[in-house]
Amino acid sequence: MTTRIDTRFAELKKQGRAAFVTYVMAGDPDLTTSLDIVKALPKAGADVIELGIPFTDPMADGPSIQAAGLRALKAGMTLRKTLELVRDFRKADSVTPLVLMGYYNPIYIYGVDKFLADAKTSGVDGLIIVDLPPEEDEELCLPALKAGLNFIRLATPTTDDKRLPAVLANTSGFVYYVSIAGITGAAAADANAVGDAVARIKRHTSLPICVGFGIRTPEAARAIAEKADGSVVGTALVDALKNSLDAEGRATAKTVNAVAELTAALARGVKGAKQAAG
Amino acid sequence: MTIAKPNSYRSGPDERGHFGIFGGRFVAETLMPLILDLEKAYTAAKADPSFQGEMNGYLKNYVGRPSPLYFAERLTEHLGGAKIYLKREELNHTGSHKVNNVLGQIMLARRMGKKRIIAETGAGQHGVATATLCARFGLECVVYMGAVDVERQQPNVIRMEMLGATVVPVQSGTRTLKDAMNEALRDWVTNVHNTFYCIGTVAGPHPYPTLVRDFQSIIGNETKTQMQEVEGRLPDSLVACIGGGSNAMGLFHPFLDDPSVEIFGVEAAGHGLTQLHAASIAGGRPGVLHGNRTYLLMDADGQIQDAHSISAGLDYPGIGPEHSWLHEVGRVNYLSATDDEALAAFQLLSKLEGIIPALEPAHAIAKVMELAPKRPKDHLMVVNLSGRGDKDVPQVGDILRGKK
Repeated sequence: MTTRIDTRFAELKKQGRAAFVTYVMAGDPDLTTSLDIVKALPKAGADVIELGIPFTDPMADGPSIQAAGLRALKAGMTLRKTLELVRDFRKADSVTPLVLMGYYNPIYIYGVDKFLADAKTSGVDGLIIVDLPPEEDEELCLPALKAGLNFIRLATPTTDDKRLPAVLANTSGFVYYVSIAGITGAAAADANAVGDAVARIKRHTSLPICVGFGIRTPEAARAIAEKADGSVVGTALVDALKNSLDAEGRATAKTVNAVAELTAALARGVKGAKQAAG
Repeated sequence: MTIAKPNSYRSGPDERGHFGIFGGRFVAETLMPLILDLEKAYTAAKADPSFQGEMNGYLKNYVGRPSPLYFAERLTEHLGGAKIYLKREELNHTGSHKVNNVLGQIMLARRMGKKRIIAETGAGQHGVATATLCARFGLECVVYMGAVDVERQQPNVIRMEMLGATVVPVQSGTRTLKDAMNEALRDWVTNVHNTFYCIGTVAGPHPYPTLVRDFQSIIGNETKTQMQEVEGRLPDSLVACIGGGSNAMGLFHPFLDDPSVEIFGVEAAGHGLTQLHAASIAGGRPGVLHGNRTYLLMDADGQIQDAHSISAGLDYPGIGPEHSWLHEVGRVNYLSATDDEALAAFQLLSKLEGIIPALEPAHAIAKVMELAPKRPKDHLMVVNLSGRGDKDVPQVGDILRGKK
């Protein structure tokens, strides 16, 4: 099975550069604007899109992404509408890999089998589910792999060499290395420490390794792209979106461009990186 | 759906932390190694007689155990049915059952070399117990408390600060217990290297529901012995309130395999089950939150709903996973009491027995008022008086004066 994720990383490897992975929250600040933003991301230079599934209780997220999820929920976003958004995006883009990222409960309540079938037909390529460690693989990871979706696991600074094989066992697509012990949008990652960690993980897997948490600027995105196979930026994009909203938290004429412009600047940073590690 | 009756109701969880379909370890990867470490440390501590020995010393001389099993004579006369005993957990040092569990976890944290303790709290009783033991053992203490709860439980906030703890008011979400738990988890993820998360109830990822239950089981074990001493037999029924459910689990667990003992858990029905409430079993369904699968209040999309209870300690949209399992296998009957019923019970117990209960166990008393009159006079009913009402006096005073 080859997914859009596998194809994209193979292309990038040929080009000798790292991936730029963007995260935005589905339905933030409303469904229509959110779809326009997602459509604008590949044109602005995003190689992979992570789309957040809004959840009331995002335990691993900092204030920015918490607020983004609440804005989306307030505007009526649901998991069903998130899948519709992906379907609409796919009408005009059949190549950019799209990964849903979120927490397990909305999927569990939607129904795992129905969700996987609907996600696949909508054009979702992979899943990152924060609160499903390998100990709970039977819940969603194994059924997702069977359904032809990548299950992208988070590895963290606390994942030691003894534990890595278990974390990597059913991981596919890429590995998401969380560069800091912490929540999204927190302290910046140190590129050298990230380099060491990426090298350590590479001893255990041939999958591409993307690094996220704490990357906010084109310079930081470039520094990480020199050490890994991809840089992930989320909170900075969500903040750019938020800063474009009106006083009532509604989209303005500037909203889509605000996200697209920062995406373009970050993408230039990543593309300016010297040959990625590995 | 029929669920097979197990040979024992006390053998759970399995090695992966499951009680039937409930429980588990639904946490971020950053926390997973810590949870595995904790499980290892707890298993080792349980096998070490010096751990239990040291704990017994503190339970006796610092906490003041055993807590009395008190015959509530006037309440019994007033209700005219079952003979009602109160398990006086409100007489423990710090004023509630919470200290039983905190002592155990702090001793584990010390064994694991952790110097910084974090906790979530609703009514503030768990926060106060944690702040107290951190003061006793010289540990740094940070307590997360929903901003709404900080307002309505001021006496406990002041106590925690006097004990040297930092109280962090949580402004996210509904600003109550569930958000305090989210924020504590975020702190833990950030400070994994030196921090021990002292969870206050029988919920969270495995092994927390088990270890909290084990530390609280002293309530039921003492009750068994004390009832044997006074009445020469087992009680006929047990009643306890349930937010996350730690005082209830502590009382119930030692009796689960005694089939003659009827067991009642009382959830908070808030304004009523058709309106805003906190009764996860009565009004929820299985979902995944805060590290475990359990009954939760949520909407059709799996978004967690706001709970409501007059009692901050019960104001939580979930319940411990073992309770969810005991509900599904039918061993425990889960009832609910409204805010108004709890207020009435709060006043009744204060006036009849000279004991001001916390609003949390007032919910249990409210159901005793319904159950006891229907039982014969030789029926022995034990209700867990899990906390004292000092913290609630300002809030209840305002409500009662407002009503007059």
